[in-house]
Amino acid sequence: MILLREVSKTFGDKVALRDVNLEVKEGEALAILGHSGAGKTTLLKIISALDTDFRGVYTFKGIDVKRDPGRVRKCITMVFQHPVMFRGTVFENVAYGLKIRGYSKSYIQERVEEMLESLGILELKDRSARKLSGGEKQRVAVARALVLDLDVYVFDEPTSNLDIENIKVVEGAIRGLIKRGKTVIFTTHDFLQARRLSNRMVHMEKGEIVRIGKTERILSDMFL
Amino acid sequence: MAWDYIFEGLLEAFKLIISGNPELYDILLRSIKVSGLATLYAGLIGVPIGVLLGLSDFKGKEFVKSIFNGLMGIPTVVLGLILYLFLAPAGPLGFLNLLYTTTGISLGQMILILPIVVSVTVNSIESIEEDIRYLALTLGADESQMMLKIIEEASPGILLSLIMAFNRAIAELGVALMVGGNIFIKGGEMNTRVLTTAIQMYVTRGEISMAIALGIILLSLVYLVSMIVNYIQRRWVEA
Repeated sequence: MILLREVSKTFGDKVALRDVNLEVKEGEALAILGHSGAGKTTLLKIISALDTDFRGVYTFKGIDVKRDPGRVRKCITMVFQHPVMFRGTVFENVAYGLKIRGYSKSYIQERVEEMLESLGILELKDRSARKLSGGEKQRVAVARALVLDLDVYVFDEPTSNLDIENIKVVEGAIRGLIKRGKTVIFTTHDFLQARRLSNRMVHMEKGEIVRIGKTERILSDMFL
Repeated sequence: MAWDYIFEGLLEAFKLIISGNPELYDILLRSIKVSGLATLYAGLIGVPIGVLLGLSDFKGKEFVKSIFNGLMGIPTVVLGLILYLFLAPAGPLGFLNLLYTTTGISLGQMILILPIVVSVTVNSIESIEEDIRYLALTLGADESQMMLKIIEEASPGILLSLIMAFNRAIAELGVALMVGGNIFIKGGEMNTRVLTTAIQMYVTRGEISMAIALGIILLSLVYLVSMIVNYIQRRWVEA
């Protein structure tokens, strides 16, 4: 499904990614671990077709991402580490992706409310999204992605800076995606979270993949 | 003695405003119409230019931006003179018959305020976080939908550009005087007298109370428009 070959990315003189080779199969839950500056977010932006300015080859379901990023973005969505909110209400934020896909008003209403309820934020529906707390914003960001029925969901440190209650809700939503057979890719600093949610794991250092394999195996390699 | 002269003028001015002096309100309405049209024209041309410039990335972009930024401070008298030379019967655009017409003033003011609309719109678009672009794209927006979203996010700034432009237009004298000519005939249809040209004329005539009354109206109008915009912007930001 996702195939990266010799992908490299630089920012000026700084190498963010060096010759990354990665294959992600449909329905996989892949955790990417690494210190800050290891290149995790850069890799996620490339996988999400938000950054096409890289060396190497990236194909998604056979589509060359550099040639047709728009088509790929219709199948993949990314939830950012620091949730960004559009101006407007929580409802408007969550409804955006459905609206631009041309769904009917009644369908959008029903789907958005259902999603907000499943994340425990239905009562925030008419609140200004930018005035929410960090945890509430993260739940809205997750709802905004999950409301779309896509192939791949990418999360950049989805629970960093969240309290336990919000971590439970967000992890529950990610687990729900995995159960439905969706492909999930996420970055985390939390080994236990990687163990709880993923079946495969990538360990990155200084822009390179240094370990890749089954989560349990990588964790035991790292700690034993 | 000096203060009496000002206080008397102020008292007379308030009397004129309260009594609904028809000449005063005729000038006010014409000013709003002339500068409102100038703002409309500048918005229709300047906002798309500002949006495109703000969203695009090309070699020489900073140079183009600096031209518009520089033109924001053009002296109105110089612009009025240039327009007069072009629109005068012997000038290259004399055949348009726009000299001493309200349409001529509107077009002149449009040229004056176009750089404000473009520059402020560009800044508003560029100030939108890059993450907002990424967010729209990752939620499935194509390039045009992403641009629309950015325009929507930048709309308070775009509105501000139009208000700044209107206030600059209604308060300028050079273009209105040189292109409009300050014509006023009772019941006439070709009148071009606006607030600023009228203030200038009444001062030179020594009719201070009328000049003060018009000055108060002009200042009130500029403040009123600014306050309305502040209110709308605050609501927008809160949303």
